[in-house]
Amino acid sequence: MSMHAQFRRRYRLDETPVPFTLNGVLETGRRGDTVLTAILSVSGRLRQSEFTGEDRAGFCLIGACQDCYVMLANGSRVRACSTALLPGMAFITDLDAMAGAAHE
Amino acid sequence: MSEPLQPVIVGAGPAGIRAAERLVRAGLRPIVLDEGQRAGGQIYRRPLIEDGRSYRSRYGSEAGKAQRLHETFEALLPEIDYQPETLVWNISAPKRGNQLDILSSGVHRQIGFSQLILCTGATDRVLPFPGWTTPGVYTLGASQTVLKAQGCTIGDRVVFMGSGPLLYLVAWQYMKAGARVEAVLDTAPVTSKRHLLSLAVHAPRIVALGLFYGLQLQLAGVRIRCGVRPEAVLGKGQVEGLRFRRRTLKGDVVETIACDALAYGFALRPETQLADLAGCRFRFNERDRVWLPERDTMGRTSRPDVYVAGDGSGIAGADAAEISGELAAAALLQDMGQRSADTTRLMEARDAILRQRDILERAFPFPDDWIETVPDETMLCRCEEITIAEGRRAIANGSVTEINRLKALSRVGMGRCQGRMCSAAAAELLSAACGTSAGAVGRLRAQAPVKPIPLGFGASAGTETRS
Repeated sequence: MSMHAQFRRRYRLDETPVPFTLNGVLETGRRGDTVLTAILSVSGRLRQSEFTGEDRAGFCLIGACQDCYVMLANGSRVRACSTALLPGMAFITDLDAMAGAAHE
Repeated sequence: MSEPLQPVIVGAGPAGIRAAERLVRAGLRPIVLDEGQRAGGQIYRRPLIEDGRSYRSRYGSEAGKAQRLHETFEALLPEIDYQPETLVWNISAPKRGNQLDILSSGVHRQIGFSQLILCTGATDRVLPFPGWTTPGVYTLGASQTVLKAQGCTIGDRVVFMGSGPLLYLVAWQYMKAGARVEAVLDTAPVTSKRHLLSLAVHAPRIVALGLFYGLQLQLAGVRIRCGVRPEAVLGKGQVEGLRFRRRTLKGDVVETIACDALAYGFALRPETQLADLAGCRFRFNERDRVWLPERDTMGRTSRPDVYVAGDGSGIAGADAAEISGELAAAALLQDMGQRSADTTRLMEARDAILRQRDILERAFPFPDDWIETVPDETMLCRCEEITIAEGRRAIANGSVTEINRLKALSRVGMGRCQGRMCSAAAAELLSAACGTSAGAVGRLRAQAPVKPIPLGFGASAGTETRS
């Protein structure tokens, strides 16, 4: 589990809030955020790797390494470092948590 | 359709913008395709929205250059066809005509070109070590990009490791932004810094800036170590620290530093996939240990209608990229029969920078002993999650001596990143196993799509799906 925020905001602190959900929980990004910035400012992970299931949180942040794909609630995926955050986006970075929530 | 074809420039960093400017001045109207949301490239990348920072605050000593380049581009906009957020993912073989497959804001299209100037830039050159896939470990360039473009730091307590001038610059920028810089770990031996003396003669500004950053970091109490090799990232699921070795007069010393993020990298590696797909001939560059498209001094490749410029044609930095972009455009114009008066001056300016790069490479050498010390269980390929052991086993079992064979047997370089993050390591691993130079193991061939595209788009390639 990694519930700590990986990134620290240094600028745009008072920018307009942009609501989104992360594993079903309401969170807030800022206008001008990428998806990656929004998620890593409140969490420490973007996805779990396909083969070993280890947490990943991006690497190159310029669209080259393809490490930062994030799943949307509709099942599609976006490359978080090069996708702008939009209000109402719903991300899933923890499949286990979502499966657990569905059973409750 | 019988519209006349336009020249196409791929990339809108320093090289692409200067190339476009030159073509426009000669009366041409180029198409400029940019993967970014806003022109500037990575070095002069702009935020999605303004965040109150000045050019000085965002780009430091390079503020003037960044501002001039951005202003040049804004002025060019009415004279060019600019397409941001556009990925060029394939180039048709020369025999099938001059076609680019592009994905632009989710829409697949093919466009033709009369000539092509590739200004595809570079990514960080990285090597694997235990824990490098842990969340909180980023490339050096990534750590700078996220501060520049998003106003964030990759953590609160950050360690910077690697080699090259960028190491000290980014550490300093993080300190100024309010992060706690726990250490700057230079992988170059302290003795290699003697080359900075000769660099001071040729490029006093670079050396003065480096000394300034280093001194300010030291005054702030930041640990600076030379001759470092990492042993492991500490922490599972998140970075808790770094254990590293460093060479001293009394032998190797092992140290541990607590941190919550690590940025590392060893200079840059050029993005050459599109030149490869265009069918350009390549040659191995011994100094940078990398295959580069063959080019003349102005950027002509082996294919008459394809030109290369900027770091994608060989790492030389942003200043050289501006010049080489202009030169590639001048070459294109010459080949159309237009004269250009100032190319000699441009080439002299570019060559002076290239001489500085030679010295810089000696002051910040690539850690060529690195791969031999990486433990077997370390991840070699972060996409396909292939370990060093699996790579070594594939090499031994298959008697592999060629990099594409290694890819076929082990899947290294076959994942989503198409070898961008692992090809340097794979080549070093293979050449070390074979006892040959990195160039002797061959070149990882580029495959389309050069980056992942949504399913369905690739399948419909060849049909116009303009919306």
